[in-house]
Amino acid sequence: MTPATPDHRAAPAAWWRLTWWRYRQLMGVAYAAPTVFFVAVFFITPLLLVARMSLSSWPLLTGNGGLNFPKNYLSIWKNALFGPAVVFTIEYTLIVTVLLIGLGLGLALLVQERGRWVDMLRTVILLPVSLGLAAASLLFWGFYSPSIGPINPILEQLGLIHDPISFLGTSLSALLSTSFLIVWKYTGLYMLILLVGLQAIPDDLFEAAALDGASRIQVFRHITLPLLRPSLALALILCVTGSLLAFDQFYILTKGAPDNSTVTVVQLIYREAFQKQNLGTSAAISIMVLVALLVLNTVQFRYLRSSEPGLKR
Amino acid sequence: MTTTRTGTLGRTPYYVLTGGLAIIFLFPLLWSLAASVSPQASTGQVNGFGLGNYTTLFNYGAGLAQFLLNSAYVALFTVAITLAVSTLGGYAFARFRFPGRDALFLLTLSILMVPYATLLIPLYVLLNGLGLQNSLIGLSLVLAMFQLPFATYMMRISFEAVPRELEESALVDGCGTFSVLWRILLPSVRPGLITVGLFAFLAAWSDFFAPLILLTDSAKQTLPLAVANLRQQTMGAIDYGATEAGVVVMAVPCLILFLLLQRYYVRGFMSGAVKG
Repeated sequence: MTPATPDHRAAPAAWWRLTWWRYRQLMGVAYAAPTVFFVAVFFITPLLLVARMSLSSWPLLTGNGGLNFPKNYLSIWKNALFGPAVVFTIEYTLIVTVLLIGLGLGLALLVQERGRWVDMLRTVILLPVSLGLAAASLLFWGFYSPSIGPINPILEQLGLIHDPISFLGTSLSALLSTSFLIVWKYTGLYMLILLVGLQAIPDDLFEAAALDGASRIQVFRHITLPLLRPSLALALILCVTGSLLAFDQFYILTKGAPDNSTVTVVQLIYREAFQKQNLGTSAAISIMVLVALLVLNTVQFRYLRSSEPGLKR
Repeated sequence: MTTTRTGTLGRTPYYVLTGGLAIIFLFPLLWSLAASVSPQASTGQVNGFGLGNYTTLFNYGAGLAQFLLNSAYVALFTVAITLAVSTLGGYAFARFRFPGRDALFLLTLSILMVPYATLLIPLYVLLNGLGLQNSLIGLSLVLAMFQLPFATYMMRISFEAVPRELEESALVDGCGTFSVLWRILLPSVRPGLITVGLFAFLAAWSDFFAPLILLTDSAKQTLPLAVANLRQQTMGAIDYGATEAGVVVMAVPCLILFLLLQRYYVRGFMSGAVKG
């Protein structure tokens, strides 16, 4: 019935190709379906829910009590712990970031060459990275304790101290002791990230610089540092984000003591939710942290991308 | 002769420095092992060296065996879910074009940008709604979700690194896309699978915050949570010995896995660092 056209033989091929393309598309959707499910149920839904909780009265035990915006957000400013927690978290982040990136870079430069001794050293520095943060915190909880901690006896034996040091007793010593734990646990990670960045720099650049008679410091400032920028950016973002969200180490080591001077922002979120049993204010602080983090990471990203390599130190 | 002397002298500070570093990094680990078997007043090990602290741990609460079982269950389940979802997802992102592909990939990666606590507070409520409150499966599903950004990214670049010719002849021969994945691609992406599995295991085995919020039943606690609670529940004197024994039990599988799979561990971070 249909008139024979020149397309007569091509049509089935085109049709076949279309169905094949369709089929591939469908298979793609099918393989991505579990990811869609996880992202939708365990990521998008909780995000929407936390936003709604932050706008509602939501006691832990009785659940949703209806909208009460802006009460939860206003109550953050009345919370006497909020300001100190923000200040403490920022202090902690600054200390830990400077130490981790500085030591990580130093160690990366130190273990650059291969060799049996260097390989062993690298492995030893990486060992604590594989430990869980909670396990490491519990380890140091004993390590710093007055009853079984090994440091005070050693120092007393050496005659360096007369009275035992209280590692977690004052807010300053607790901050420094916790920072040491974090440096011990994570330096290897930052060493590794920066080491990979160092090894990605082509060797001929260093050779050319050596031929031109550049000093070690000049090579470091004008070749190593600018070319290490992507790795440094990654390390910085990971470190700042991780430290701002610190929880386990303080929950286990100090519980906020002494006098709530070592309460971090995430600890505050936890306390609001499970001690004060107020999910609404807890969600409001969570949202603020999320927004702060997004802004901060965008700024860090922009700055690290846009600034001219080699001009900044 | 002089050159050898200055040579060794020149290297000496280097060995002192690196040797000192090695000691600093090893000392706490070795100390916790020693402390867990050393005698100490008001612990399970009062006289001489021995395993008294491990006995305390064994008999605490629902028992060490139960907590180990809970942790192993959560870790293995998390690894299985993470591997399944990220393998299928990575395959989809690397080899298929479909509407919303790039948006979905970005959305998956953006899980990394959201603070843990921001998601866990609503997840606590959400899992209650799903009837998964206080369940190890619910916890594993949540932990697997937190693994997805790294795992999906890793599996995507692993699949993309496999040459297409490998599977094209099979497709022409009429092999289905799944049998291509199963028989041809999976063996080629084994390093990626091991890396993803290792990271998921370490994360799930060690996680503290998610079990703290999502598990309320003390018999369902995972090991880190149980050991952290152990020190608070001992009345009067704090049992540091049992705590360090718990640290050793938690650390040993991580250290063994790390030493066995070190090169995959390094590879995992390499792919992350290149991305930045």
